[in-house]
Order: sequence, then structure tokens, then C-alpha cells
Amino acid sequence: ELNSVASWSCLPFTSVQILLGFAPKRSTTMALLKSNKVIYCLGKISPSLGVVSTRNSEAYKRDTNPKKMNLGVGAYRDDQASHLVLSCVRKAEAIITAKQMDKEYLAIGGLGEFAKSCAELALGNDNEVLKSGRNITVQTISGTGSLRIGANFLSRFHGPRDVYLPKPSWGNHTPIFRDAGMQLKAYRYYDPSTCGFDFKGALDDISKIPEQSVIMLHACAHNPTGVDPRPEQWKEISDIVKKRNLLVFFDMAYQGFASGDIDRDAWAVRYFIEQGHNILLSQSFAKNMGLYGERVGGFTVVCSDTDEAKRVESQLKILIRPIYSNPPMNGARIAATILNTPDLRSLWLEEVHGMANRIIKMREELVAGLKKEGSTHSWQHVTDQIGMFCFTGLKPEQVERLTKEFSVYMTKDGRISMAGVTSGNVGYLAHGIHAVTKLLNGFTIILTLVITWGKTPADFCET
Amino acid sequence: MSVFSDVPQAAPVAVFKLSQDFNNDQFPKKVNLGVGAYRTDEGQPWVLPVVKNVEKIIVHDDRLNHEYLPILGLPEFRSSASKIALGDESPAIQENRVGAVQCLGGTGALKMGAEFLRRFYNGNNNTKTPVYVSAPTWENHNAVFANAGFEDIRSYKYWDAEKRGLDFAGFLGDLESCPQHSIFVLHACAHNPTGTDPTHEQWKQIAEIMMKRNLFVFFDSAYQGFASGCLDKDAWAVRYFVSMDFEMLCAQSFSKNFGLYNERVGNLTVVARDADNLKRILSQMEMIVRTTWSNPPSQGARIVAITLNSTELFTEWKDNVKTMADRVLLMRAQLKAKLQALGTPGTWDHITEQIGMFSFTGLNPKQVEYMVKEKHVYLMSSGRINMCGLTTNNIDYVAESIHEAVTKCTCQDFTTQS
Repeated sequence: ELNSVASWSCLPFTSVQILLGFAPKRSTTMALLKSNKVIYCLGKISPSLGVVSTRNSEAYKRDTNPKKMNLGVGAYRDDQASHLVLSCVRKAEAIITAKQMDKEYLAIGGLGEFAKSCAELALGNDNEVLKSGRNITVQTISGTGSLRIGANFLSRFHGPRDVYLPKPSWGNHTPIFRDAGMQLKAYRYYDPSTCGFDFKGALDDISKIPEQSVIMLHACAHNPTGVDPRPEQWKEISDIVKKRNLLVFFDMAYQGFASGDIDRDAWAVRYFIEQGHNILLSQSFAKNMGLYGERVGGFTVVCSDTDEAKRVESQLKILIRPIYSNPPMNGARIAATILNTPDLRSLWLEEVHGMANRIIKMREELVAGLKKEGSTHSWQHVTDQIGMFCFTGLKPEQVERLTKEFSVYMTKDGRISMAGVTSGNVGYLAHGIHAVTKLLNGFTIILTLVITWGKTPADFCET
Repeated sequence: MSVFSDVPQAAPVAVFKLSQDFNNDQFPKKVNLGVGAYRTDEGQPWVLPVVKNVEKIIVHDDRLNHEYLPILGLPEFRSSASKIALGDESPAIQENRVGAVQCLGGTGALKMGAEFLRRFYNGNNNTKTPVYVSAPTWENHNAVFANAGFEDIRSYKYWDAEKRGLDFAGFLGDLESCPQHSIFVLHACAHNPTGTDPTHEQWKQIAEIMMKRNLFVFFDSAYQGFASGCLDKDAWAVRYFVSMDFEMLCAQSFSKNFGLYNERVGNLTVVARDADNLKRILSQMEMIVRTTWSNPPSQGARIVAITLNSTELFTEWKDNVKTMADRVLLMRAQLKAKLQALGTPGTWDHITEQIGMFSFTGLNPKQVEYMVKEKHVYLMSSGRINMCGLTTNNIDYVAESIHEAVTKCTCQDFTTQS
């Protein structure tokens, strides 16, 4: 996909169309000349990942195979493959409706009550940072909005420094930081040979990052690989990051959703703070509260002291105001109600545990299913990985076959959303994956020989 | 040593600071004429009855969930919102060259439009294209365009402080002399902060010059329905420009006319040359949305979409809007009458000639300071008052305060600083 070309450099669309091998429509060109308005657009160049998953979704919709599976979506589904609205959310909504509150503008930094509980959830109620008031937490437009505000802030006050992303990272990280004016680099993270964490590679790369650069870390349930460092590995990462004097930016979009335990999932974030890193943190409540479309998120900067926190806060407001003035109320109100009402909070913790458990179970059943199909590959990474996504290790050709022959839709990098797997379809998925990954049979070997070396089996037999 | 130790303290945003000061004030007769939000005659925020009804519908509809909206927003919202601006029978809509992006309030819509124009208008990433905003204008216009990357933001003459009306000659002069392809931010109706709109004849002249000189039309429509009480009347200018075949953007806000301030409901209507251009424009808008907020919030858009797409609810809404507009008109009439009765020096016709939520009183900074400090009547230093802050309870006090401010603060300098 022509990611960077599509995003940020534009050619006059007529040139592009000629480049792509066809003449611009006469009517369009004439209209442009007549209007004297030159809106340069990109013709048929495909835009980036966001729209790729839309095209995937559309292809899925058109597919008439009753067994089709959509494993591209990054939203949770229950075991009936339906959208789930958490009970705690419905209860919170009822409470809110009964209160008949007004719809007055929130402050630029959002609902105070929400920002406070958002920070507490991430850091733990007893965190020294919260007690000393040296953090500033603002409500943001979910995780994306949070990352964007953070990126804008860094661009203005910590430039020109590069941002180091794990390889690979969420597809939208790069465009967000780039759009904010920052350069992106990467550190090794995923090891395709093990479908696991390239710990040595990561440490090696991080040890070479220029001082004061920004390093992005996924707090838990790494997207897209599902591969997380173990606690002892996090400790070493923290050490080397400290040595290199890097600015840490945590992206935590799955707290609670990864292991089912909110404290466990926030362990890395809290450890780093304990170790003295003054971190930046983005949080999303899209997945763990199922509040996707309500756009609930938070952005936190852990500062040296309350004075710095005040100054940073004032600058965040200056950044937010010309983008959207102040954030939307509905989702934040729901989240705050849940977090601050004891029985709703317990209910939420149960439900989030339930979602995480279902995914863990599906991972186990997928591996069991593959073994049952007779697969001789190691599929341990499927259960080692955590969170919504699984990097299967499938190659693009295999993915294509899986889609074409079995109507299983996923991204080309081999990533599947476990949330789209149910007890009803996990067997079918195992069957399909096995079919496209099983070791070469005799015919394929012969064909490969002929094509590669222009020899027939007879030639070999002589030898 | 922190990486942020050099981050300076930024000045607070004026209008919010004003509200903060008001909230902290203990004076029993204090009045808040600052922030632009509607208030009832009891001085209370007002959740529109139609909104309450629709929220009940939503809460009881089990089919609805909290899934992501598409990147460009809720389709039913986008199309019905654009129809509100352009009219049901709009030929542009029928020609399939009107599209929209659901955004976070009017601010978000302006932001999206500004980002798009910076990237794709008048060349690629031409940050030097002049952007013209009215003098004065909503205080955030400047920041929105500057943050989108535009380096040259200028003002076009608009408010004539001497005659307390539109400086039309000045406005036309700026249109004639500005660089070609400049972008102009026009207030569709109920100009903020002056409340002074061009007449139809004046709009026609503005349009003619803009077409002749290839200037880009960017409407800011935050008060449709709220200004005159009639949706179509308030959309006249926008529709006229569409009929004159402009390719243009119109940022719509539903904060005021739906009272949905904190749900951030906005719509960027795009009127393109043709369907093909529209398609490509929207595809680029998606890219910009994706790196800013990914997809917009659903609650507010749902409320508006359900309302606009139901005949009954739509009628109820128009009624609610008229209620608000009528109260404002009443307060305008009464304030003017009281000032005239008090014999307050100066002319006060502009209070009823102006339209919408705001009135540019003509009070100078010294007089404003007197109002705030001595009388605990809070208004912007520009002299802008929010008519909605007036009630039958406080209007006498406010009129007296204005009278005092004008008679006591003798420097009769009516030039307005923004």
C-alpha cells in the first residue's frame, strides 16, 4: 500500500491519473479549468490502513459464504458473534438518565471526575504521583485523540526529537506522530521466527537510541502482535531506557482486557513510574468498557512537581482548544459513573474478566483444534500471546488462500482478531488455517522442483 | 531535570476565565453575560424537550450499541445535517456533489476544513495562502487555522465601531484587494461577536467579488435557527452561495440550536464541483480524521439524526428553537427599551438590529471593567454580551449597570479592541 505517498504528498490529480496509465476525465478537467479551482486530489491511490480494513469489511459483507469469518475487526464480540454492551454500562446509563443533567460545555480538559478516576485506574489509587498531584490528566477523544494531543505536545515542547515505535506497531501510530510533525523510527520487537518477543533485539536497538528521544511502549496486549514482555524483561527495558535517558510514552488501550486483571495489565506502567520515569500515558476505554463510539480516553503527563503539572496543563488546553474545544460528555460520564460506583465497578471488573477469559479460551481451543486437524507446526504462540490480536505467523499468500478459499477475512500481516472467534467457528478456523499451512505434499514438492530448477523428478532419480 | 521544565505557563482562554471568575464571585446580584450558551428566563441551562424525548428513545432501543461510527460519522446524521444547511430541494444535493464529515462540534468542523484546505487548496501544503477572518471574529478562528498550519491569517474589515454596524465598504475593499485564492471565513448568520449580518443585497455583492477574484468560501454556521427563529431564513446566505456555483465548505454546529453543547455535534458540509471530486475530497478527509480522532462520538449525532429524520420530532425541534430565539428577541427589545427609558447616552438601536445570541454593546474596555469589577456583571472585554444571560429578574440591574458604566466612564472612545 502506498502509505506515505497517499498520506502526505499530493500530485495534481491529472498527473497522477496519467501516471497510473489513464487520461483524466475530460469533464473533470474542463470543470476544474472553468472553475479555476485547483483541488489536488489523489485519484485512485489507496489510502492507508484505516481504509484497508474498511475495504476488508466491505468484501466480507459481500461474501455469501455462510461460514465466513471477519477477523479484521478490532472490536469485541461475544460467543454469539454479537456486539456486546456491558451490563455495567447499561446500568450506568440508567443512573445518568435519571439524573437529568444539563448539557453544558465541559472544561477543555474534560470531566474532572472522569480524569481523576482515569488516572487512578492506570496508576493505582495509592500511587505517590496522584497523592502529590504531580500528574496532569485530561479527557481525550479515546486513544487516538490522546496520542494526538501527546504528539502535538511533544512536537511543540520536545522537538526536534524522534519517536521510536516497536516493530510492528499499531498502524495509526505512524500517521499520528508524523502529522504532528515528528519523525518515526523503530526498535526491534516482534520475532517472526518465534512469533514471540525479540528481547535481545529490542535491548540492542534501545541501547542505541539517541538520548532524550521518545520511546513508545505498549503497556499490555501489544497491537498487532499480542506479544508482551515478561516482568523481568520489562525491568531490563526500564533500566536501559533510563540509561539512555529516553522519554517514555505508554499506550494502554487494553487495561483489563489483556489478562482480565486491571492491576496486572497496568504493572509495566506502574513499575516504570516507580523506577522514576516521568511518563506520558494514553488510555482508551473503547475496548475495556465497550465504549468504542463514545470516544472515551485520557492523556496523562507525569511531571516533576505540581508547578510543572500546572504549566503543562495550561499548554495542553492551548493545544486542545483549536482542535475540538472540549470533549464529549456521554462516554466520560458513563465511565466515571462505573469507576466511582462500587457495585458498578465490581460488575465491570467481572465483565472485563469475562471478556478476557473468553479470548483466552478461544486461543486454547484454536490450538487444540489445529492439533486435532493434524497440524505439526508449533502453535504455542497463539496461547503465549495476549489480548485481542494474534499474530498467527501466516504469510501473505496463506492469508490470501484463507480468505479466498475459506472466507476468513484478516489483515495481510497474518493478524487475526480473537474477538471474532467463537466456540461455534473456532473449529472451522482451525481447519482453514491447517489447510493453508500444512506441510508440502508430494505433488507440491515436484511442482516446486520443476519450476525452480527446470528439472523433473526423473532427473533427480538418475542422480 | 525534567524535559518539561521549560514549558511556560500559558494564558487561560479568556471566555472560560470569565466564567471561572463569575463562579467564584460571591456577590448575590452577579450576572454572567459571557459564555455563549442559552439560558432560560430562570437563568438555567435548558435541555430541549425534544432532546429529552429522543434520549429516552435511544436508551430504550436495545438494538443500539456503542460500536465505532464510520470514520466520517453517522451517515444519517451527515446527510440530514447537510440538508438542514442547504435545504431539502438543494440542486447541489440532487446532483450528488454534497458530502459531509461529522465532526466534534463547530470547532471540529472548522478544524477539519482548515486541515484539508492547508493540504490540498491552492497547491499542495501551501501554508502561505492567506486566511481572512472578520474583525472582530470568534476568538478561536485564528487558532484553528494557525494550528492547521496556515502562516498568514489576516482580518477583513467588518465591524464599524463608530456607527455600530457593518463596515460594508471596508469589507468590499478587502475583498477587492486581497490576494487571489485567499480563504474567507464567513459567518452564515448571527455574526459572533457583533450580531451584525450583511443584508441579502450585501451578500450578493460579496459573492460576486468572491467569484470574480477566486476567493475560497468557508462558512461558519453555528446559529442556524437560533438567529431569526427560522431555519431557512438563517440559511439564506449559505444557500445563495451554493446557487452561485461556489465550491465551498460550511462548518455547522448543533451546540446551540440543539442545546447539545457537551456532546460535540458538528458537521462539515462539502459542496464540490461534482461527484467525482466529492469522492476524492472525502477520501482525504478520512485520512485527516484518522490521525485526529479516528471516528466521531455517537451520542449527539444520533440524537440529531433521529430528530431530523422524524417529521414529528423535527417539528418539535423547530418549535424548541423558536422558543429560544423568541426569548432572545424579547430580551433585546426590553434591554433597548430600558436603556432608552434611562436616557443612557448614545444610541441603542443596534441592540434590536443585531441578531442571534450576542450583542456588541459598544462598551469600551474601561466601561466593561467597571461593569465587571463594580457591578459584578460579567462580559467580554470587547463589549460582547450574551443576550441569553438576561432574564426578567436581572434585566433592570443590567440596564442600570450599563447606564452607570457609560455615564461614569467618561472616555467616550468607542473603538473596539478584540
